Amino acid sequence: MKLSYYPGCTLKSHARNFDDSTVASMARLDVEVKELANWNCCGTVHGLTSDNLIQRMAPVTNLIRAKEESANAFMTSCAMCYNTLKRANQHVRADAEALATINDFLSLETTKYTGDVDVLHLLEVLRDQVGFEKLAAKVKRPLKGLRVACYYGCLLVRPQEVAIDDVENPTVMEKLVEALGATPVRFALKTECCGAYHTVGQPEVVADRTNRIMGNAHSGGADVVVVSCPLCAHNLDHRQQEARRLNSNFHHMPVLYFTQLMAIALGCDKTVLCFDLHHVDPEPTLAGLGLV
Amino acid sequence: MITSLRITPARPGNPFVAQVEQISGQKILACYQCGNCSAGCPMSDHMDVLPNQIIRMVQLGMREQLLASKSIWACVSCMTCNSRCPKNVRIAEVIEALREIVLRTNDRRDCLHITELSPETIAALPPIAIISSMRKLTS
Repeated sequence: MKLSYYPGCTLKSHARNFDDSTVASMARLDVEVKELANWNCCGTVHGLTSDNLIQRMAPVTNLIRAKEESANAFMTSCAMCYNTLKRANQHVRADAEALATINDFLSLETTKYTGDVDVLHLLEVLRDQVGFEKLAAKVKRPLKGLRVACYYGCLLVRPQEVAIDDVENPTVMEKLVEALGATPVRFALKTECCGAYHTVGQPEVVADRTNRIMGNAHSGGADVVVVSCPLCAHNLDHRQQEARRLNSNFHHMPVLYFTQLMAIALGCDKTVLCFDLHHVDPEPTLAGLGLV
Repeated sequence: MITSLRITPARPGNPFVAQVEQISGQKILACYQCGNCSAGCPMSDHMDVLPNQIIRMVQLGMREQLLASKSIWACVSCMTCNSRCPKNVRIAEVIEALREIVLRTNDRRDCLHITELSPETIAALPPIAIISSMRKLTS
């Protein structure tokens, strides 16, 4: 199987662990991942105004890039890119006038976008195209004994029209980690917002969210939290120091991308895990269970 | 926090209500004040006016109070309110419209000044954080 792939900006810098583990684990699943040539920023956050089409230009340009490579769909593992690209796609598919205006504005593009490219999240590809049974059959090192809290945050499940699963109680990541041999734990705050971009101007707000969300994962018995968004990953991992300042009982816990757990279970080379990018080092927890 | 409102002479149909409806694409009068949006809001601790109160104040045309509120900048567009509204009002879109009204005016009262952050702070932040904060909080 071949699949076009849109990595996004953060996966090429602070979240290289997400990019490397995505590509390496898909290769183990016999999926040939082909990065789109000349992709640009996804638009980073879907603009919510009804009168500002300029915010749709960046996502539509990426859809044009995919079309130029004859791809009728592409996959991204970043929840932000998925949400922004998919929402823009839905907008222009439903609004012919907006699409015509955008194509006119992008007059230097030789390819016109006509709504003919699908945006997929990697979790959808794993569930609907690869299949969790096939995935389980490829596991070389089952993640036995690892208790995982699966964190969805906002962008994979809201709004409803782009949700990859149930809006209030998604379970696709739990099914994935079960297929990898790990044990998902009960996690009431799995769709609670991490505070997102407030991490720039008001890190104390995010530290409060991190304290509550990671505290809930800890009380559910988790060893690690897995995520699909580099902004959630940054907040839940790198803001743990500030969370500890707010709450002396705060328990530090590693935050991993779901693709890193896949890479471990599928027997990928350890170099794709890039644990040096983490604030809370996952190695002691994973090594304690004999997984790395 | 405002717990009661004094009703002002402004009323639905005034230019401010129409402007918010136009930018947000939402029917403001659909709200019947059930409070679901405020009950689930993860940022309510940091707000001076709760989401359901914001909608009521828009209905009443309380432009100045809304544009000066902390809440419109505290909202992080997580969409929890939108997904739980029984009247399908997209509250996050309404709050974005209020931010936009401030950011589109001539004085450009930005809520984030990225150049004031230290180079070390900026280097530690992933691009996704810097771009999204600037998209939401600056003109």
